[in-house]
This record gives sequence, structure tokens and C-alpha cells, in this order.
Amino acid sequence: MKRSIFNYRILPYALLGPQIAITIIFFYWPAIQAVWQSFLLQDAFGLSTMFVGMENYVTLIHQPEYYHTLVNTLLFSALVALISLSIALLLAVQADKPLRAGGVYRTLLIWPYAVAPAVAGVLWAFMFQPSFGLLARGLRELGIDWNPLLDGNHAMTMVVAAAAWKQISYNFLFFLAGLAAIPRSVLEAAAIDGAGPARRFWTIVFPLLSPTTFFLIVVNIVYAFFDTFGIIDAMTGGGPAKATETLVYKVYFDGRLGGDLGGSAAQSVILMIIVIGLTAIQFRYVERKVTY
Amino acid sequence: MVEQHRFGNVLPHLILWIGILIVAFPVYLAFVGSTHEPTIISNGQMPPWPGSHMIENYYRTIFVGTSGTTREPVGTMLVNSFIMAMVIACGKIAISIISAYAIVYFRFPLRMTAFWVIFITLMLPVEVRIYPTYKIAADLNLLDTYAGLTLPLIASATATLLFRQFFMTVPDELLEASRIDGAGPFRFFKDTLLPLSRTNMAALFVILFIYGWNQYLWPLLITTRDEMQTIVIGIKKMIVTADAITEWQLVMATAMLAMLPPVAVVVLMQKLFVRGLVETEK
Repeated sequence: MKRSIFNYRILPYALLGPQIAITIIFFYWPAIQAVWQSFLLQDAFGLSTMFVGMENYVTLIHQPEYYHTLVNTLLFSALVALISLSIALLLAVQADKPLRAGGVYRTLLIWPYAVAPAVAGVLWAFMFQPSFGLLARGLRELGIDWNPLLDGNHAMTMVVAAAAWKQISYNFLFFLAGLAAIPRSVLEAAAIDGAGPARRFWTIVFPLLSPTTFFLIVVNIVYAFFDTFGIIDAMTGGGPAKATETLVYKVYFDGRLGGDLGGSAAQSVILMIIVIGLTAIQFRYVERKVTY
Repeated sequence: MVEQHRFGNVLPHLILWIGILIVAFPVYLAFVGSTHEPTIISNGQMPPWPGSHMIENYYRTIFVGTSGTTREPVGTMLVNSFIMAMVIACGKIAISIISAYAIVYFRFPLRMTAFWVIFITLMLPVEVRIYPTYKIAADLNLLDTYAGLTLPLIASATATLLFRQFFMTVPDELLEASRIDGAGPFRFFKDTLLPLSRTNMAALFVILFIYGWNQYLWPLLITTRDEMQTIVIGIKKMIVTADAITEWQLVMATAMLAMLPPVAVVVLMQKLFVRGLVETEK
């Protein structure tokens, strides 16, 4: 709290004006509309609407397709988080060692953060392209009949690879910061007691890194849920047969056909609740870090 | 150093180099793809080193565009992307810094309400309110305009929080001193706070420029005319499901051009980038 302040009546409102106006017009108003629409049912011609309470939600959770998409999203997020976190941790532990030219490694590992998800999707689509892609040819040599246009598992592998690849740099940076915060003296003490590198990692480094890991798991889930739209749209369009459709993609896809407004709004509201939950978890973590 | 390894530090170096190769490989391949003839790519005969059609391919990409699909030269898309990224980054910084100024340096009714109204937008990413936001933008005649591309993304809880936190650490004595010098709220902001915030603004700019450049879902909805397309949207439209028509050498050249500006920002302003990334995640 500032002791010294300005006493003006109108000025502070003018300063806040632009930001508040944009949040109300483009954030709150649409969000409220989504919530309101999720309780309405529109007839097939869009002529009349009626209030139906929770009906859209009930219909939605009884849809096998919605359940299927939810499972897809969870599987996709888990795979992306697991793969990119493991690779990033392995690399960060190496880069944390006092190496010659250590800074160069950081530069060479962090740039994929700047690659747009859709562009990352295009890069990997090129390598996995069934008829001429380099990785596709390699897989065929191994006897795998690679065809992401028909095989759902192949398509999922492809989007997971692109999404995990892009997230390695972010995880690497935060792991590196977490590792730098671990006091050297603790590690030296363990080394004097005869603990080898593997033992030191699992009994000291890994537990002390757990706040960072937990934070990154939440961030990676948010990323996989919401920021991978471009990857999926560029690589598979949710296909084949919805095998790579995530919850966000489904909202987009269903709404574009323009049919079921209430159902699409209900999907948006469920996503909103997921975001609120994930943000709350993230903030609880931040508070914990402060009390440490 | 805890202990000396018998093999020196060979293993960590090796693992890091393998990591770097894995991370860089897709981009290297894209570069190679952007320098070859289309037939050599679609035959599966592309060698793992660059070919001789680089200048020709990039020239066509930037000034002519693909023949089958978008037809829009990528040069136009680059300009659109650049405008979008700059307006989003500068706009977010501008409206957030004045909001934070109001919240920290003034006392007025509804001050905390305003703070929470901004804060809660953290929980409303565009992905969860796609169609109602689209409808509002359409009602306001914002389709296919730069205002439509940027305005709905310009509010920023993160940036406001960051500036608020920073202003709280600025000593009160600075305000008292400039008051004695007869400075009002505008002069204090311009002569004292802005210069102090320079590093924060720069770090934030790096992150927000990348954020703006890489936007996908919103531009996809709001642009219908080809000449309003950004490069990230354009590249996806160049890939056609019937692979015979996809001009992969141009797609790869576009990918390289789409990556170049944000990656250059990260590499050249690495310190600011890391700082911005860590601070915006707090």
C-alpha cells in the first residue's frame, strides 16, 4: 500500500477506461452470453428459443462423442506433459552442470518457444507426410504401415510429437531456474556421505524440484488443452474420425457448423470451469512458494 | 563442482547435443525442403542437404504466392502479422501500464473492483468464448479489419499485475520529491515512472510480440478476405488434403519466414525474453 498518492477524482477512471472497456466488451459480455445461451434451446430454424435449464449440459454429458473427446484431451495432455517434461528435465540437469560453453546450450534449446503452434504442426506434418515424409519413410522401413490420414493412433502420435517438441524449451528454462535454486552445499554434503550422482538426483534434486515440476505440470496441461488448437487444426483437423479432437477443437468445430448454439455454449462453459480450476491450482502453488 | 568424473564431462555434452539436434531437426528439414524442386520432394527423393532452388522458391513465396490455394503473396501476410504483433504488444503494454498506475497511485471508489475485473480475465481465454466474441466483433463491424484482429486480444491481466507489482516497489520518496518539484500526475508518470519501467516494458514486449505473432484461432475467425490473412493462418491454408496440389517447397519457405521474426527476437533478446517469461508466469 502506497502512503503517498494523488488526489484526483476523474483521472483514475480515465486511466482505467480503455482496459476496462475492452474487458467488458470482449471478455465479460461474451462470457455472460455463453453462460446464458447454455441454458437456452433454439429450434431448428432459429425462430424461437426457450429456457431449458440444465438440459443442454445433460444432453452433452450423455453424448458418447463428448465423452470420447474428453478422453482424447486427457490422453493428449498427459502424453504431451510427460514427454516434454521428461526430455526437458534430462536436458536441464545436464545443462545445470558446470560445463564449458553452457550458455550456448541454453540459446540453442530455448528458441522453439517462439515457433507458432500451427507452424510447429506444419513442420511435423512435413516429416510425417505419408507418401514422402522422412519419418514416414523410416517408419515404413521398420514395417509400420504409417497412415495418419486413416489411423487414429498414428494421427495422435503425430500431434503429440509436434506439441511436445514445442513445449520442451519452456519446460527446460523453468527446470533450469529450479535447479539453479538448489543449494550446492546440500549436494556437496551428500557427495561427502558417499551418495553417487543417481542417488543424489533422486533423493535430493528431484524432491527439491517438486514445486517447479508441479507448476510445470499445470502449465503443460493448460498448454495442451488450450494452446494446441493451431497444431491440431494444421495437422489433422481433429481427424481421422475425431481421433485427435480436443475439447477446444470440438467447440470450434461444432459451432462452425452453426447448428446447436446451446450445446456449443454449454461446452464453452465447461471449458471455462476447467480454466478457473487450473488457474486456482496455479495460484495456490504461487502462494506456497511465497511462504517457503 | 561436487566430484570429478572419470570421463570428464563428455556425457552431459553428448546428451545436450543430441537434444539440440532433435529440437533443430524439423526446422533444418524445413529449410532443406524450401530449397528444392517440388517433384524431388513429392517423389520422396529429397536429399538431406539444401538444393539449388532457394532464391527462386523464396521469391515466389514472398511476391507471388502459391498458385493453387491462397494465391496471396506471403509478403502481404508478413506485413499483416507484423502489424498485428506490434499493435497487440504495444497496446497491451500501454493500456496495462496506465491501469496499474491508476490502481497503485490513486485512491477512488471501486478501485479494488476495477482490479478484480481485470484480474478475472485471466480465466477467460479466447478459446472458451469463441463464438460470442466473434458475434460482438461482427456486430461492431470489426471483421477483416486490423482493429478486429487486435482489439479483442489487447486487454492483459498479466501485464497489469506485473506493472502493479513493480510500482509497489518504487519508493514513495520519489513521488514526494517530484511533488515538491511541482510535478502533477502526468509529469510524474512521464519523467519518473516510465523511465524506471523501461526494462520491464522491454521484457514484456518480447513475450507479447511472440504472443501476438503466433495468434491462430482469433485471426482464423475474424479474417475472411485473403489480403487480411496473417502468415500463421496463411501457411495452414496452403496445405491441401489432396497432396498433388500442395506446393511443399513454398509451404516450407513460408514456415521459415513465419518462424524467423519471433525466433530472432528470442535469440537476440535472450536476457529480456527469459526475464519476461519468468515474470509473466508469477
